[in-house]
Amino acid sequence: MSEAALTPSPARPARRAGGARVRGESRLVQAILIAIALVFLLLVLGLPLASVFVEAFRKGWDVYLEGLSDPDALAAVRLTLLVAAIAVPVNVVFGLAAAWCIAKYEFRGKTLLTSLIDLPFSVSPVISGLVYVLLFGAQGWFGPWLKANGVEIIFALPGIVLATIFVTFPFVAREVLPLMQSHGTADEEAALTLGASGWRTFWTITLPNVKWGVLYGVLLCNARAMGEFGAVSVVSGRIRGLTTTMPLHVEILYNEYNTVAAFAVASLLALLALVTLVLKTLLEWRYADHLSANGKH
Amino acid sequence: MQAAASRWRQPSILPGFGLALGVTLTALCLIVLIPLAGLVLKAASIGPAEFIAIARSERTVAALRLSFGAAFLAALVNAIFGMLIAWVLVRYRFPGRRLVDAAVDLPFAMPTAVAGIALAAVYAPNGWVGSLLDPLGVKVAYTPLGVAVALVFIGLPFVVRTVQPVLEEIEPEVEEAAALLGAERLRTVFTVVLPAVFPALITGFVLAFARAVGEYGSVIFIAGNVPMVSEIAPLLIVIRLEQFDYAGAAVVGVLMLLASFLLILLLNLLHGGLRRRYGHV
Repeated sequence: MSEAALTPSPARPARRAGGARVRGESRLVQAILIAIALVFLLLVLGLPLASVFVEAFRKGWDVYLEGLSDPDALAAVRLTLLVAAIAVPVNVVFGLAAAWCIAKYEFRGKTLLTSLIDLPFSVSPVISGLVYVLLFGAQGWFGPWLKANGVEIIFALPGIVLATIFVTFPFVAREVLPLMQSHGTADEEAALTLGASGWRTFWTITLPNVKWGVLYGVLLCNARAMGEFGAVSVVSGRIRGLTTTMPLHVEILYNEYNTVAAFAVASLLALLALVTLVLKTLLEWRYADHLSANGKH
Repeated sequence: MQAAASRWRQPSILPGFGLALGVTLTALCLIVLIPLAGLVLKAASIGPAEFIAIARSERTVAALRLSFGAAFLAALVNAIFGMLIAWVLVRYRFPGRRLVDAAVDLPFAMPTAVAGIALAAVYAPNGWVGSLLDPLGVKVAYTPLGVAVALVFIGLPFVVRTVQPVLEEIEPEVEEAAALLGAERLRTVFTVVLPAVFPALITGFVLAFARAVGEYGSVIFIAGNVPMVSEIAPLLIVIRLEQFDYAGAAVVGVLMLLASFLLILLLNLLHGGLRRRYGHV
């Protein structure tokens, strides 16, 4: 490398003939690569997202609102909120318990336990629903017993909740676990030595340390819980107004060629996705150091 | 952490291990392990002869071939463009870069059914992109190609988010050294940068592939769902269930489970260790 590059002076052009440019491409190459990346993202992500709102408002606000205020649509919104309200807290409790025992202790089979918690991520959503049908469906292992005792799980709320918990199972645990691991156990040990009880130590030391991680996990878990389609569609039975969550209601309307109403309900879900994305990005920017134990998300 | 290493192996003074492990194992068994065991038992209970008969039936084979073929194609497209997008996001500065960076995660946040009807609308013969391709004789929606497009959508963030952090950590000195030794830029990229990110790229590819194989919601709206042609394996499971053919559904389910376990195994072998961050959200 020439001296010029080692002692840069503003008077001299940074780039000399002979190509002293060490790192990076020419402006033209950069522009072309950026353009290709942006066009690809536009085709794959941008246009589909835009089309949701364009299709929803194709016939104006009145038709849009009409689609949303349909009693079945409102019932779907209520069911979706209910399912998320049950599944997300269950996940938080489970996620904290799992992170606590994996992060704070050494024991045999820890690696296996960690892999098993991640297992639902590698299972097709349809299979997540299928397993419950095989257990609790009319011809499933417990089907006859459930029928004799009048307990409804499949084609009812419990099945939908179970399938949702299955697909969202690892969300909170995997965000909190690396965070708890990075904090170690010194703080908790100090608190215990000073006479705090186990629960008090957890509430005043451990939880505040990982709260942003918990929030991050809750955010992703909630988005998945409200938007889950495959697993829920298998166990729901699609009884209109009773066992249809919002994504299932979208499917029903779409298959009835009621496109505007389908996209109207879909636009609510797309909005949920956008809000989730914005909150997630804000959390990453604002609390990067509190979330950084597991690197970039 | 190193000073504490020896203490970690001793019994901890922290309370609550039994409770936490109890809650974890109970939830894991009730929600995940017992139901999955039920699936395997169901498939096993029909006997090997019938299992093989269902597994080798024309429709099962066609569905599995489409699911795996389209997933492979989509993961390949994602590996190429995901690498490019990660590169552009890490190396270049342009207006809206942070917005684009955040937007890459859209497929993680977007409900799959919404993605499905939106992609069908855009790539249908009368859609924004479909209407441009239609005169060229290219049909995307309601063909196997449509399946691949949907799988590209849901797999993209896996590649970008796996490659991006690795690309960020490459020391500039290495590239500078290559350039100082006389390598052209393109050669530096292919002999210095690419080998460094290659493991991450493979990981991203496998993650995108594994996710795409099991995908259902975003595919069924754009696929057309013609048996033997554009019917994916998860859809075949749903159809079997609707016909109350639990055995048929269980066999396809077990075959898919088996395939995804093999993929995880392959991934772990490739990296010779446990991947803590397996399968991004």
